Amino acid sequence: MKITYPHMGSLSRAMHSLLTGLGLEVVPPPPITQRTINLGVLHSPEFACFPLKINMGNFIESLDAGADTIIMAGGTGPCRFGYYAEVQREILRDLGFDFKMIVLEPPQGQMNLLLDRMKELTANVTWRHVMSELLLTWRKIKAMDSLHARALYIRAREVERGGTTRALDGALARVEAAKSGDEVDGALQRGMAGLNTVDCDHNRVPLRIGLVGEIYMLLEPCANLHLEKTLGEMGVEVERSIHISDWIKEHLVLSSLPLKRKSKIKKAAAPFLNHFVGGHGWESVGETVLYARRGFDGVIHILPFTCTPEIVAQSILPAVSAKHGIPVISFSLDEQSGEAGIITRLEAFLDLLAQRRLSTAGTKTMK
Amino acid sequence: MSVKVGIPRALLYYHYYPAWNAFFTALGAEVVLSGETTKTILDNGVRAAVDEACLPVKLYLGHLADLHAKGVDFIFSPRVISVERKKYLCPKFLGLPEIARFGLPGLPQVLDTEININQSYEKTKRNIYRLASRFNRRPWVAGKAIKRAKLAQEIYESKLRCGATPLDALCGKDPPQAAGKARIAVLGHAYNLNDPFISMNLVDKLRDFGVEVVTAEMLRPQDIRRGAACLQKEIFWTFGKELMGAAFYLLEQGSIDGLVLVASFGCGPDSLTCELVERHYKRGKKIPVLMLTLDEHTGEAGVVTRLEAFCDMLHWRKAQ
Repeated sequence: MKITYPHMGSLSRAMHSLLTGLGLEVVPPPPITQRTINLGVLHSPEFACFPLKINMGNFIESLDAGADTIIMAGGTGPCRFGYYAEVQREILRDLGFDFKMIVLEPPQGQMNLLLDRMKELTANVTWRHVMSELLLTWRKIKAMDSLHARALYIRAREVERGGTTRALDGALARVEAAKSGDEVDGALQRGMAGLNTVDCDHNRVPLRIGLVGEIYMLLEPCANLHLEKTLGEMGVEVERSIHISDWIKEHLVLSSLPLKRKSKIKKAAAPFLNHFVGGHGWESVGETVLYARRGFDGVIHILPFTCTPEIVAQSILPAVSAKHGIPVISFSLDEQSGEAGIITRLEAFLDLLAQRRLSTAGTKTMK
Repeated sequence: MSVKVGIPRALLYYHYYPAWNAFFTALGAEVVLSGETTKTILDNGVRAAVDEACLPVKLYLGHLADLHAKGVDFIFSPRVISVERKKYLCPKFLGLPEIARFGLPGLPQVLDTEININQSYEKTKRNIYRLASRFNRRPWVAGKAIKRAKLAQEIYESKLRCGATPLDALCGKDPPQAAGKARIAVLGHAYNLNDPFISMNLVDKLRDFGVEVVTAEMLRPQDIRRGAACLQKEIFWTFGKELMGAAFYLLEQGSIDGLVLVASFGCGPDSLTCELVERHYKRGKKIPVLMLTLDEHTGEAGVVTRLEAFCDMLHWRKAQ
């Protein structure tokens, strides 16, 4: 059994170390390139969302590289992600690939079902081993998320362009390679130290922008045209609303506990949208309110073209923007997005934010 | 003077209007429908919606604006999340009251009753009684209204199963006698197919070509279930299940000569369901498929040309 999985930001690093840690033979998907995207687009439905198309490109390249088993996540709707795997399997079949697809359905309150599926993968490994690998992966994911968050802060202040990205990439690779919890902690500390020694101008007061939107588009830099890096190198401090560790906590752990609770995000969204709409539409609205309350300069909303839940959010965001006085721009991205066009729009947006900051600072001093 | 409740002639109107009408009438309200779709209604909707919203949502907003202009007291725009166990409607229905509220400020009061059979059946029931109590405080009147609504809906659905399209049934037209030169299934969301303006009278055009038209509503629920059973994983959209169930059932029966799939531009669920339908039909290599995508820019002449070519091809195949 040669296993592969789709890319999704740093999650693919975690998947890789988890599967190899379980003693499985892994064929990691080749890095996403223009070829990956072209292959995916060629074989996917025209109006499917961009993540499905990139997944398809990953699968085709991995199967070509010798993989014979695909691990994919499932879902129960109403976001169409829950039906991705079914469509992708049929398309790959028609292309003549011979493979097995293992779909991990969300536990919906029954964690044991997911664990059973995991066990199916790892027939000759003990439960103890599976649990310890899962915990190790969890620590890695948390470490990678904190490195990532720190890098977003540092990058906005770096003196030499690209220094932060180099330090971050090295640190993430070391976390991925760690073999034990202590090694993860060591790699995290070293990584943080590495990021902190990047040459920075700490007197700079960068614009602060919150990123909200659909999770895959936020997490996978190749899908969002490396927006975080681009913004950081334009001197903007970016904060991403979703990290993979939060998502796992919310969907795999807390949702399996019998708790009646409403998160801070949903409470913040309530005056505008008090109901889930599938995907991350609800969160996009709530996060925008929270960023406004925290005094961010602006919010960028990212969605894959044709994403229905985010279109609902997009219809509501102008009202949030008006009520809370925070500029919001939506980028709907897919294989047609041109980098130059996005950069132009970003520059215009940043100019607006900078002007706004100047004018509000002016009125404050006048008072 | 009785209270006026406006119902937009769009989206779920084509599924549930007879029940809604019976319900509000039994409660003593006057039901006001928005006008038939016109270019103006559509344009107003397009202006009120974000550009990426799908055609039916834009049209819905146009109909809401029309009701607003008609001066109704309430607009009935429920939040229909789920109408059966383990299935949802498309995410746009989940956020429809908000899309309406923020797209069209200043609307009359919107009755956004939540219907969620999957997750909260009891609450849905309470919501309906609460809605009824706004018009009539006596609970037995509410009970009677619900009964009337169910009866009206059953009569409506039985008409559909006898070969009428929702538009036929809602306008009180009889479906033409089935003596077609060819039998074509036309599958797509009822709110696209049955709006004469949006679908450019697709069904009537096919009938004029001498074609017998089958839609998903004409099949029995067990047929749909049987068709959908060939999926490895149950589909979680009600309309997706109906579309795929009907398509796979008809493919299995081999009782149609061709299939026309109609979807709106950028429709999320249909991007996956129509893909699977097309793939299954292609593998069968027996029944030709025509896929039509509709949006506010669709030109009628182009659609007619494609329909004519498709019908010609079917006749030619039959003659062979």
